[in-house]
This record gives sequence, structure tokens and C-alpha cells, in this order.
Amino acid sequence: MHDLNVYLFISGALFLLGLLAVITRKNAVSVLMGIELILNSAGLNFVAFSHFSTGNLSGQAAALFVIIVAAAEAAVALAVFLNIYRLKGTSEVNKVNILQG
Amino acid sequence: MFGLITYVLLAPLAAFAIIIFFGKRLPRGGDWVSLIGIWSGLAISLYLFFTRVLGNYDPSYVMELESFNWVSWGDFSLRIGFLIDNMAIVMMVVVTLISSLVFLYSVGYMHGDPKYSRFFAFLSLFAFSMLGVILADNLLIIFVFWELVGLSSYLLIGFWHEKDSAADAGKKAFITNRIGDAGMLIGILIVFTTLGTLNLHEVAAGVTAGKLTGVLLTVAGLCLFCGAIGKSAQFPLHVWLPDAMEGPTPVSALIHAATMVAAGVYLTARIFVILSFDASLLIAYIGGFTAIFAATIAVAQYDIKRVLAYSTLSQLGYMVMALGVGSYMAGFFHLVTHAMFKACLFLGSGSIIHALHYALHHVHSDADAQDMRNMGGLRKLMPLTFGTFLIATLSLSGVPFFSGFLSKDAILGGTLAFWMMHPTHWLLPIFGFSAAILTAFYMFRLIYMTFTGTFRPGPEAEKEVHESPWTMTFPLVTLATLSIFIFFSLNPFSPADGWFATLFPNPPRAYETVAIHADAVPVEITNEHHSEAVGAEGGTVPAAEEHDKTDPIVHPVEHHNAHHDVHHKAHTRAMIISILMATIGILIATGGYFWKSKKLDPAVWQKRLGVLYQGMFNKWWADEIYHATVINGTILLAKILGWFDLYIIDGIVNGVAWLSRVFAVIDGWFDNNIVDGLVNLTAWFVGIWGRFVRLFQGGQLQRYILYTLIVVGLFIIMKVV
Repeated sequence: MHDLNVYLFISGALFLLGLLAVITRKNAVSVLMGIELILNSAGLNFVAFSHFSTGNLSGQAAALFVIIVAAAEAAVALAVFLNIYRLKGTSEVNKVNILQG
Repeated sequence: MFGLITYVLLAPLAAFAIIIFFGKRLPRGGDWVSLIGIWSGLAISLYLFFTRVLGNYDPSYVMELESFNWVSWGDFSLRIGFLIDNMAIVMMVVVTLISSLVFLYSVGYMHGDPKYSRFFAFLSLFAFSMLGVILADNLLIIFVFWELVGLSSYLLIGFWHEKDSAADAGKKAFITNRIGDAGMLIGILIVFTTLGTLNLHEVAAGVTAGKLTGVLLTVAGLCLFCGAIGKSAQFPLHVWLPDAMEGPTPVSALIHAATMVAAGVYLTARIFVILSFDASLLIAYIGGFTAIFAATIAVAQYDIKRVLAYSTLSQLGYMVMALGVGSYMAGFFHLVTHAMFKACLFLGSGSIIHALHYALHHVHSDADAQDMRNMGGLRKLMPLTFGTFLIATLSLSGVPFFSGFLSKDAILGGTLAFWMMHPTHWLLPIFGFSAAILTAFYMFRLIYMTFTGTFRPGPEAEKEVHESPWTMTFPLVTLATLSIFIFFSLNPFSPADGWFATLFPNPPRAYETVAIHADAVPVEITNEHHSEAVGAEGGTVPAAEEHDKTDPIVHPVEHHNAHHDVHHKAHTRAMIISILMATIGILIATGGYFWKSKKLDPAVWQKRLGVLYQGMFNKWWADEIYHATVINGTILLAKILGWFDLYIIDGIVNGVAWLSRVFAVIDGWFDNNIVDGLVNLTAWFVGIWGRFVRLFQGGQLQRYILYTLIVVGLFIIMKVV
């Protein structure tokens, strides 16, 4: 079919887009969406490597796990954001610096 | 047997314990407890005396009683037990007899004293310690009881410790005795290190076998004798005994006349066999000098108890001299007879003082009840006291038909015999005979001043003088009776056939046996050099010198016969001379104090003797000399040491302290500036770094991620380049 590199480029682009979103977006939900992109790039890598090397479905299984963990993580992250909003009155990431040492 | 003797020893101890703890709750202060203890002891002692001493009639009788392990160190064990021989049993009888009588006497004498009960406790403690000294078979145990005797003596001398003089006398006695005891301890250590045993029999056997010889034997003997010098108040350490008269009179009679002071003589007799010739000679001279020295002092005293005290010193000197010249029997014999009549004299003086004190108190006179110048004419007022006192005086003066004559005659005979064999030592018999004159003189001076003439405090007080109660006169009568010759020898002029002399023959002395033994060794014996060495060290050389150009040791049997002849001759001469001396002394006293002859007027003679009389009156300034030399010397030494302590030792300590302070200041500066500076510098540096690092930690996740990205990018670049 297609070459493995195509998949890797696509997943690298996804990863960079995600990272860019995580670093630059002010809105916490947008940052979360960037994280989702990064996770999906990783899932794509799993599937691609699995397809081109072993031929069995273990990569697809790992991708399913990533999706499930991402869903759970999104739930937790949204709960954290809600609490931060309640505490600070905002959901902009650069205004929250309570992790400062 | 063992049980009986243990009972005699422990009964007074039990009495002491009972009285000291429960005395105040017992009726009559518990005096009957101590009386029961000591009288039962007397009964047992007499039983032993009649069955074992007189019943056996064996001069070499020694009862082997079980001894038990007291302590053991490694392979050495110290066994203690009783050494019972004729001497110990006789001494037991003497001690328990005098103690019993004195205890009884004290019931009358101490009546009404606030510390009545405690007095009997102390007396019992004394009896226990004294019996311990007598019975012990071991030098160390003797030493232990010896110290206990010293302790009880201290307690009793200072019994009326409210009086400063009594407390001081107690301390003086204790300290003076310690000096002698230090010597005795050294002697014990010498014996122990050389012979490895302290058992009296084993020590004697060891010395006889030649294991301890020569100078060391002499030193050991003299060191042991040092203890006797202290306890028996011989010349250099005699000063405590007259002061000890501060104690109650029964104490003076029991301890400081009859028993404790005899302990020194007893000890010397116990170690008699190991004394070397040189040691014996020095002992004889010390004894002889004490005899004459103390007698001269007694002549000029006015305190009735002091006269008797110096008389005791003098008589103890006699005993020691007798042991020194080798008259073992005579020394011990005089100890026994002296105990009887001197106890009688002291108790008699106590009876006088008691009566006089009461009378003087009654007429509100504060005259001294012990001063003979306040007495006189007591013969009719106190007939029983007078009679017993007279008998004891006659005995002490050495008048025939009394026990004192027999024993003193034996001593003088022994001394004379010693002089006849060793003519260079002519001083010893002169000491002995002149002391005999003085003894007769001062005793009759005492009698005349006290019992004849008129009662000096006046007729009013005279009405109040009464004879003492029976508890006080009964002991007097008993002791006076025992001062008669018949109890010791049937022949009133010689003790030689009496039971005492036959039961106590002179034991062969170690230096003689060692010498004979060495000579008897045949030449064939391989180690010839060794036998010669033993002979030389064992006293042959000094003995040969003294034996006046003959060599008697080569023929021990003939020597012994010659010895016997000399003794016989000496005895007859001594008897005649001593009767003469006693007569002279009595006549002078009678002339001066009874007939009041102008030629013998004491006041005139006091002036005529001048400084001599002053010396006698002031005890030859012994106390003053000791005060100037020993006591002031000690104080001076203490002052020097105190100065040394204050300036040198304290100076060193203060110097060290000052140095430490200087160091501390330097150290403190270093600590504050250098060490703390380093620490602060580190902290400051860390702080600066922390502030720098803090810049990167903004708390914004996006920046963290950016930093991470930059670093990862850098890594990638580095990897590529």
C-alpha cells in the first residue's frame, strides 16, 4: 500500500500541531485539545508501526487503550479546569501560576 | 570444746549488741546482761583452767581446734581459728576474772551516771576484743582484734567526752597507738611476704627452719614489737597512758592497768620464739628504761591515779625487759600477778575517789578528789579499802609472801642471769633494781599520804566519808586475796616449784635452734656453703660475740646446764638484793612521810634535787618535748604543704585555667569569623543561585513545556553536530 513514512510524517505533523496548541493557546480547553492531538499522533504511530512490522493487531489494541485513557484524562482535566475557574475566576492558562516555586 | 571457747568469746559481743540497741528499755540499763556474759565466761575459763591447764599439767599443751577458711585468693587461703595453749587459757582466766570483778564494781561506781547503760556496752565490747587478741591463732586476726581493743579503749577513755580533757585523752591514746600499730602492720607484712603465712605456729616453724633470718628477722620482730610499744605504753609511746586516767576508774583498772596494756606483753610473748638476739636486746633495753623512767615520774606525782598509771608503765617495762632478756616465764608471770594487784590498787583508788568526791561535794568544796594532798587519815574511815590496798601495795613493792615478790624476783633473777652471761649489759640489772627501790618508795608514799595522818579537807567533810558498797569492796577483797603467794607457789621465796613456773618453761627460741641446727649439720652435706650461710645469718655471729669468747652453741647440752646454774645463782642473789631494795624504799618512804624525819623531809629533798625533781614532777617534759617536736613539726609541715597547695598547686591550676580562657577567646574569634564566615558564604552563594534558578520557575506550564522543547531541540542539534 503506502509507505510507512507517509504515516510518520502525518503523525509528526499532528504532534507538532498539538504541541503548538499546548504552548500557544491561552484557553485551557484549547490546550486540552492540543493534548488530544498529541495523543492521537502517538496512537497513529502505534497502528502504523504495527501494520508495517508485525502484521498482528497489537498496535491497534494499544491505540484503543490510548483513546480510552485520553477520554478519562479529558474528564479529569475538565474537572480540574472547572475547579481552577471557580478558584481564580478564569480558565486562561497563563493567568494561573500556583505551581510557582 | 570449740563451742565453749566460742561462747566465751562471743558472749560479751552479744551483750554489747543487746545493750547498745535495747539498753534503755531493759531494767537497770541492761547491766545484768553484760554481767551474765562475762561471769559465765569466767566460769568456763576457770573450768578450762582446772581441767586443761592444771588437770593436764603439760607444759607443751596445745589444743588443735578447727580453723576455717576466712578468705581465699587464688591458691592462697587465710584460715582463722583459735590457738589454745596454757598461756591463752591463763590469760583468758585473768581477763575474764578482772573483767567480771570490774563489771561488778562498775555497778556501784557508775551508779546514777546518765550513760550508765552505754558504759556496760563498751565494757562488753572491750572484753570481746581482748578475748579475741588472746585466742586468735593468726597475726592478722590478732591485729584486727588489736584495733578493736584500741577502739573500745578510745570509747572508754573518752567516756565523759563532755570534758575536753577526757576527749583529748581519748584522741591522744588512739593516735599514739596508731603509730605503734603502723609498725606492727609492717611487721606482719614482712612475715607474710617472707613466710607466706600468718598462722603463729607456722610462722614459728618457718623461722625455726631458717626461712626468715638475719637483719630481716630482727626488723620483723621489732616491727611487731612496735605494736606492743604502743599498746603497752613503752618508752617512746608511753605518753597516752597517764592521760588515759581521764576515763572512769573501773576503766583505768580494767584496761589501763590489768588487761589491755598487758596485750602488748602478751603479743611479745606470743612472738617470743621468733625474736632474734638483737631484737630481744633492744626490747630488753626499752623495757628496762621504761621501768626506771616511769618510776622516777611516779615518785613526784600527787594525783593518786597518775601515780598508779606511772607505776603501771614501770611494771610493764619490767615485763617487757623480762621477755627481752629471755625470761619468758617471769614476764608472763608478772603480767598475771600484776593484773591482780594493780587492778586491786586502781579499784581501791576508785573507791577512795568515789567516797571523797561525795564528801567534798557534800561540803561544797571544789577540791580535786584525786589529789593525794586532799586525802589523809582514810585508814579508819575506809578500813576495807585500806586493808586491800595495803596488801596490793606490799605485793607491788615486792615484799615476800606476796605474789608480786615472786614474779618480780623472777624478772630480776632473769635479768641478773642475763648480765652474768653477757657482762657488757650491766645497765639492765641496774635499771631493774633501782626501779624496785623507787617502786617501794612511791607506793608507800602513796599509802602514807592517803591513809595516815589527818583528813586534810577538814572534820566536816570527814563525817561524810563512808566505806563503799559491797559491789565495790567485793572485787577489792577478791583481788587482794589473789595477791598472796599461795595461789602461785607454795614456796613464798621462789616461784620455781609452783605450778606457774613449771607450766611455762622458756620455749627454745628460733635464733638459738637455727644456730644449733646449722652447727649440727655434718660437713658431708653436699651444700656446705649453704649451711654456713644459714649459720652466719641465724645469729651465730652476734651470739658468739656476746658469749664472751666461749662458743657455747657448739655444745648445746652443756650450754643448757651452764645456763641452769647461772639462773640458779642469779635467782638467789636477785632475791636477796630485791628484798634489800624493797626494804630501803619502804624505809625512806616511812622516814619521810610517816615519822616525818627532818633528814628525809620531802620539801627539803625537793629543793635539794632541783632540776631533777622538776623533771620528775613534769614527767621529764615528755609531753612538752613531743609537743615541740612531733606536734609542732607536724603543724609546720602542714603549713608548708598548705602554702605549697595554695600557691604552687593552685597556681598551676589557675594558670591552666587562664591559658584555657585565652585559648577559648582565640578559638571563639576563629569560630565567629572564619568558620561561621565560610558557612555564611556558602549559604549566601546558595541563596544567590536559588534566586537565579527561581527565575525559570514561573508556575506556567506552557513555559515549562517551551523550556523542555528548547532543551530537546538543543540536544538534537548537539547530536547532529
